[in-house]
Parts: sequence; C-alpha cells; structure tokens
Amino acid sequence: MATRTFIESIRETLAGEMRRDPATIVLGEDVGRKGGVFLATDGLYAEFGESRVIDTPLTESMIVGVSIGAAANGLRPIAEIQFADFIFPAFNQILSEAARMRYRSNNAFGCPITIRAPYGGGVHGALHHSQSVEAFFTHIPGLKVVVPSTPHDARGLLRSAIRDDDPVLFFEHKKLYRSVRGDVPDREYTIPLGSAAVARPGTQITVVAYGLMTHYALEAADTVDDEGISVEVIDLRSLRPLDRGTLLESVRKTGKCLIVYEDNRFGGYGAEVAAIVAEEAFDYLDGSITRLAGPDVPGVPYNHVLEDWFMVSPAKIADAIRTLAAY
Amino acid sequence: MGRSTAPSGLGDAVGLSDEQLVGMYRQVALARAIDERMWVLNRAGRVPFVISGQGHEGALVGIMSAFRRGHDWIVPFYRSIAACLTFGMTPRDLLLAQFAKASDPSSGGRQMPGHYGSAAHNILSTSSPVATQILHAAGIALAAKLRGTDQVAVTFMGEGASNQGDVHEALNFAGIHHLPFVFVVENNGYAISVPASKELAVRDVAVRAAGYGMPGVIVDGADVLGCYPPAAEAVRRARAGEGSTFIEAKVTRLTAHSSDDQQTRYRSEAELTAERARDPLPRFRAQLRDAGVLDDALEAEIAAENLRQVDDATEHAEGEPDPTVDTALLYVYAEDRPPAAGA
Ligand SMILES: Cc1ncc(C[n+]2csc(CCOP(=O)(O)OP(=O)(O)O)c2C)c(N)n1
Ligand SMILES: [Mg+2]
Repeated sequence: MATRTFIESIRETLAGEMRRDPATIVLGEDVGRKGGVFLATDGLYAEFGESRVIDTPLTESMIVGVSIGAAANGLRPIAEIQFADFIFPAFNQILSEAARMRYRSNNAFGCPITIRAPYGGGVHGALHHSQSVEAFFTHIPGLKVVVPSTPHDARGLLRSAIRDDDPVLFFEHKKLYRSVRGDVPDREYTIPLGSAAVARPGTQITVVAYGLMTHYALEAADTVDDEGISVEVIDLRSLRPLDRGTLLESVRKTGKCLIVYEDNRFGGYGAEVAAIVAEEAFDYLDGSITRLAGPDVPGVPYNHVLEDWFMVSPAKIADAIRTLAAY
Repeated sequence: MGRSTAPSGLGDAVGLSDEQLVGMYRQVALARAIDERMWVLNRAGRVPFVISGQGHEGALVGIMSAFRRGHDWIVPFYRSIAACLTFGMTPRDLLLAQFAKASDPSSGGRQMPGHYGSAAHNILSTSSPVATQILHAAGIALAAKLRGTDQVAVTFMGEGASNQGDVHEALNFAGIHHLPFVFVVENNGYAISVPASKELAVRDVAVRAAGYGMPGVIVDGADVLGCYPPAAEAVRRARAGEGSTFIEAKVTRLTAHSSDDQQTRYRSEAELTAERARDPLPRFRAQLRDAGVLDDALEAEIAAENLRQVDDATEHAEGEPDPTVDTALLYVYAEDRPPAAGA
C-alpha cells in the first residue's frame, strides 16, 4: 500500500493503463513535453513517445471529435480538456456524437473514450477557471459522468472509465490534486461506475456529496458530531450512472437528506437527487429535502472575499445540517 | 456506335480498364435508380422523408474508385448514396434505411433516412449536425497511422457545411500530422436555399487547403473520369505518408434539398434547366458510348439489372418489420443487451 496525492494517483493510473493496453493514447493541450498544466500526464511523453501522447492544437472540438474517430478505428483515447470551463467548444461533439454513437447506430459502433477535465472553485480561478460543469453532461443519456474524491477512488474509477466501452467524462477537482493524500493499494483493483460509497456512517441525517464537497461534508460531519448530530455522508463518486440503492437506503434509514454541490443551485445535479429522493423515499422523510449549493451568479468571482462568499464551505454545510436536524 | 471487342483506350490515361469503366457506370446508374425510387416512394406517401444525392453520384463514384473497399474508411453524409454503394452497402441496405425498418443496418430505423453507416463496410454512422463528421474521419486516419494499418479515411460534405469550425480544426490537425485523410467538398452551389455567394467569401473552397499545408484540387463533378486521377493521387499520397488532400468537386443538385424543400422558391426555371446539362449520368453514358465501351445492349442490360435490384430492395424493405418498442431502450450503453433468449 502506498500513500499518494490525488494527482499522483491519476498520473500513475494513466501510465499503468497505457502500459497495459497499447491501444490507449493520451491527447490534449500541453499534455506532452510539459506533462499537462497540472502535471497529470507528467512522464507519459518520455515513456510512451509523441505518437501516443499527443500535444494537440488549441482546439477542444478536435480533441473530442478526433478521439471519437480514433475509437471507431481501434484506439482507446484518453482526452484531456485543460479546464472543464473550456469543454464547451467540444459540447456538440460530446452530446451529438460521442453520446449518441451507439444508440444511433443500433449498437454497430461504440465510443470508448475517456475525457478528463479538471473542474471546481476555491482555487482563485474566477469565472472561467472554477466551474462545475457536470449538470450539462449528467443530463445526457449515453454519457457516463464520474467525480472521484480520493486518490484511492480516482485510481479505481479511472481504470474503469478507460476500460469502459462508452464515453466517460471524468471530472477531477483541482483543489484536491495536491491537498489530498490517501492510501492506494498496489493491486489492480477497479471500482465499478455507478457505485456510491458510504464515506461516513451515521444515523440522523444523510449528506449527499461528490468531489471536493465530500471532504467538506466529512469535516462538517465531524463538527456537528460533537454537538450530538450523527451524519451519514454518501460520496456519489459516479453521477451517471447513479447508485440509487446506496442513496435511498441511507435516506430511508436517516429520514433526512441534505444534498451538497458546488455548482450553481438552479437545475444543478442535486435537483435530480432531490427529485429521486422525493419520488422514492417520501414515506421515510422526516424533514424537507434540502440543497446547499453555489449561488446563482454566472461564475465564481475572483476576489477572495467574493470567492469565499460563493463557495460552499464546511461551516456552511455544518449550519445546513444543524437547521435540518432541528426540523 | 456499337461496342467493339478491342479495348477502347478511354481509361488508359488514368489507368482504368473498360471493365472498370462499365463497373463505374453501373454504380452511377444504380445510385440514380435508387435515389429516384426514394422520391417516388415519398411522393406516393410510402415514406415521409427523402434526402439524397442526384447530381452528386458521378463525382462520388469517380473519387471512390480510387479507394480500397473493405479496407479504407468512409465517413459519409446524407448525399453519400453512391459512395456507400461503392463500399459494399446494397440497394436493400439503403432502402431499409429509407423505410426505417428494424433490420436497417445503418440505425435500425432510429435515424432519419439518409444517415448511413455500416460497421461491416467501414462506413461510420452519420449524424445530423453538419461537418462534425470531419473530425471523426481525421481520428480514423490518426488511428490508421498510429496502428500502421495503411488505411485511408475519406469524408464528404457540402460547401455550406465546410464553413463550420470543426472543418478548420480537423484540417489543421490533419495537416500537422500528415494524416492519411481525404476531404471531399461536394460544392453544389447551395446550402438549402442560400447560394454559395452568401456562404463563402471565396469562389473555390479548395483554396482554403493552403491554410492547412495540403494540396487543394478542384474537379468537375459532371466528369466522372476526371474525378478519378486526383482521388488516386490523394490516396497514393495518403498511403505514402505524404499527408492529406482537399478535393472540391463542383456538382449540381438536381433535386430540391430534401422532400421538405421547394426549390423553385429560390431557383429560376432557367437555372434549373441549365443545371440539367451538368448531370453526370447522361454525360458519362455518352462518353462510354462514343468510345465503344457501352452499346444499346449493354446499356439496356445494366438498366434492367439496376431496376431489378431496386424493385427487389423496395419490396424487401417495405415488407420488413418495424422496430418494436421493447427495443427502444437498448444500446444507450454497451451493457444494454437484449434479454437472453428464454430468460
Ligand atoms: C449544424 C447544423 N446546422 C444546420 C443544419 C440544417 N441543415 C441541414 S443541411 C443544410 C444545408 C447544407 O448545405 P451544404 O453543406 O452545402 O450541403 P448540401 O445539402 O448542399 O449538399 C442545413 C442548413 C444542420 N443539419 N446542422
Ligand atoms: Mg451545398
């Protein structure tokens, strides 16, 4: 067992998958010599060469569109979008092409590509280097959307994503890259896409989170534990497919559900979770389903005072837990 | 003029035998016969929609004759009937798509007609947003290069679609990596109703090739034989690792954009009449007859055989079952398998 940062776990997993399967390639902006702006692909160029680690032009639609074609002709591309904020030039390729290839061809063609994209705020990235973009993509049948929160899960989920026969969006929170360390087993484990984790067992309130928010929820759970509130934290890990079983089992046990997400509140992923809980666990509820999310402004502002105002924090989560517990 | 037994010499300059020329004529004529049938079926109320390629077939057969069926890749668009035929899709396959039946190999009746695809023939599934496919063709070519398969990828689109950003991104990438890739713009002068003068800041789309470090070639799509040599050179270059080629075929659109369009609203009678002279089919036929490659008997035999195939395809496709709703949830993801028999 080794201890790894989040980014080390990603990097080693990429290298491992590239050694394991000669059909894998990595492509994106600055992924070659530089090793990526966050160094997620550091060392791959030296080990696998320029034909398998491709520095692309600054063209996101091309990065995804070429991946789709390369996958049709026998490769297994792992594309990097430098920041999730800049995935939108590729939106049409992801929505109209990658996600629909299998359905529209009646299973004649698939699209085994993985698109990695660093996301998230709290990193002084302002409006265009802080976004959470998952809601745009979780809406799309044919796509899978994964958001790991630990080095251990990042490895198991990235392996599964790369080996999956359908397009997977793999969102990595930038703030976790170097701030989080954890044990990563040496064995070749995978984590199935669509399996949530009970990150902390508890009895009185279920807090549903993913990505950075899982860590903040755990901190908040520690805080309120001293006040006698027992919180169960569910780390969804995979947003689509969603592990309804783990989610509903927890809410049926605790009777209270707080959903925490960093994205803008309106129409965010948490709204879908709330709807599922309302439809399928209504009889067990002992308080209103509550969302704690980013405010509905067009982006995370830069100045630290404004950024702190935007970001969901452990303290804000603790407050929301207290309010719901008292319901 | 009758057909002589001595070789005509017509295709000598471009390296095509009389037998190959007759084969090409068969394909142009078959594509036309299928296409005309689609419109008849639409006008008779038997299919709700047609989008097809009358006027484009000559360029496609001329160009596709340079590619290796069962080896190279096509990434088609809705006017690619003739191209798909040259790569092995059958009249039945095309009519099954037209009738959107369960056994339609392109999409099992899920997509509108004209969205061809066949994994068995290296023809990638088509979607509707124009120009997206060029990036897939570049990706196929990238994979061919990295895997050393010696394959070439060719894709097609209209001059209107060629203005999309994906075209710029794909050609730039193909140019950088000298990909085994051929880009064909079928310039028919219109994007639905908008004339080329309002879509393009240049007269010839192919001049844009210079911006991507690849040759840009213009061919007359009414001249089937004239389309072959530049395509053969493009394929040679691609296989030799010399890179991509941009081919612009000047073609004519003999029908409305689709069965939902009324082209007399924006094209004059005079223009439509004049454009008939740019129909590649009668021109190719006359050329082959003049050279003695084709005579009355062979022409009639080909026409009868094509008609037989189109009749067979129509009857077969119309009689096939529709997809059933219990299949509609299948293949969103790879794990969506039909229940095992008896389960
Ligand atoms: C992105 C996108 N915008 C609009 C359309 C609607 N549309 C379909 S075909 C077409 C015209 C295409 O013209 P051109 O590329 O010249 O091809 P042609 O039909 O003339 O062969 C339009 C506007 C579309 N399919 N995709
Ligand atoms: Mg056009």
